[in-house]
Amino acid sequence: MNWLSQNLHIVGQLLADHLVLSIPPILLSLIISVPLGRLAAGSPRWRTPLLTGTGLLYAIPSLPLFIIVPAVFGFSLRSPATMITALTLYGCALLVRGAADAFSSVPQDVRLAAAATGHSRWGMFWKVELPLAGPVLLSSLRVVTVSTVSLVTVGAVIGISSLGTLFTDGFQRNIDASIITGIVLTVVVAFALDALCVLAARWAMPWQRAVSRA
Amino acid sequence: MIEFDAVHKEYPDGTVAVERFSLIVPSHRVVALVGSSGSGKTTLLRMVNRMVEPSSGTVSIDGVDVRSMDRVKLRRSIGYVLQAGGLLPHRTVADNVATVPVLEGRSRRQARADALGLLERVGLDTALADRYPAQLSGGQQQRVGVARALAADPNILLMDEPFGAVDPIVRDQLQAEMRALQADIGKTIVFVTHDIDEAFALGDEVVVLRTGAEIAQRGAPAEILANPADDFVSDFVGAGTAQRTLRIREVDGRSVVVDGDDRPTGVLER
Repeated sequence: MNWLSQNLHIVGQLLADHLVLSIPPILLSLIISVPLGRLAAGSPRWRTPLLTGTGLLYAIPSLPLFIIVPAVFGFSLRSPATMITALTLYGCALLVRGAADAFSSVPQDVRLAAAATGHSRWGMFWKVELPLAGPVLLSSLRVVTVSTVSLVTVGAVIGISSLGTLFTDGFQRNIDASIITGIVLTVVVAFALDALCVLAARWAMPWQRAVSRA
Repeated sequence: MIEFDAVHKEYPDGTVAVERFSLIVPSHRVVALVGSSGSGKTTLLRMVNRMVEPSSGTVSIDGVDVRSMDRVKLRRSIGYVLQAGGLLPHRTVADNVATVPVLEGRSRRQARADALGLLERVGLDTALADRYPAQLSGGQQQRVGVARALAADPNILLMDEPFGAVDPIVRDQLQAEMRALQADIGKTIVFVTHDIDEAFALGDEVVVLRTGAEIAQRGAPAEILANPADDFVSDFVGAGTAQRTLRIREVDGRSVVVDGDDRPTGVLER
């Protein structure tokens, strides 16, 4: 406790760094994966290459990826851009498949009804498919959210500061309080962002609760 | 008026769903296409709003080939009632009914207000307006489906097995209400069903279809019952079954109508 109160501002800074590194990749992978998942769900020709391709991304171990990304994109090794890009790739690896499953879960008779009532393709996507894909999409998004928050800590090994820095420092300098603070706060951040996803979904999908009450 | 002119539908695998089918559906009339599965009846229905495009032949509405119309506009101009209502599960009853007017640019508020009137029209309590489809009974969902189809005041209604998913008692009730509604609104209605009783209950004209949408017989329900064209139609309408062969038996000076099994079904009014 003594250590924590003396290092509160450092911990606060690392917490902020952690959020700045976690939130953009979660949002970016969502924005990228939804159209790709829709494409995979709607076209058998695209399905296999997209799902296999993004699935392979997840097989790349994270440390080499932190080296490959700056080399390919021209970022400096320790910049947040490296971290955000690498985590977005991981996020897409999970979310493209999740989004494809989500769009496949939209019942065929509902699509038919939407087409028969004169929804254009664009209107069908925004007003029918996306909302109905929501529940399945949410479950993948929650996995990505939690895994991104924990993967951000790995960046500490190559010197990108985050709550992970509390583990690396703590280990090197033998400060247990630092390690424990790092672990606890990482878990808290993961839970908090996960809860935020659930709340946002509850707001965006009011029919889900109404129907489960019925 | 809807005109099918030698429409043909063949799928890439060689299956012929509809073989050179021609039919005129007069305005303000109800035409029932009835047949078992594989008769191509749903395919025919979907050709009207271009959910299915014929391989050859034309479908026209009031003399205009539907292929010359914009698909989305065409669909918005035609009411479509699907089996089990075909409601959008994530929208409330009022928003479902307001679907087409909102797509057409009407304000959501105005369209919802109009939707309440339509709910009353199809015999639903407006208190249901803010429920979701899954919170309604099958019969209620079906009524919402009819209200939605009427929302943009289309001239044409297409109904795909409209009352197939509800129990017989509710179905009878819905059919009776549909007849009363049609007497009032006089739409041009094409509906498909596999249930000959439903076809007789609702159709001004009934078209009995064989495989590949070949017309076995067409005519008013009474004409078909009186003179089935062949064994196929005869079997299909159940001619000769106890339900269709009624006799009169005098009871206490009144004429009671009994079916083939001597079960009374009603009293003859003179």
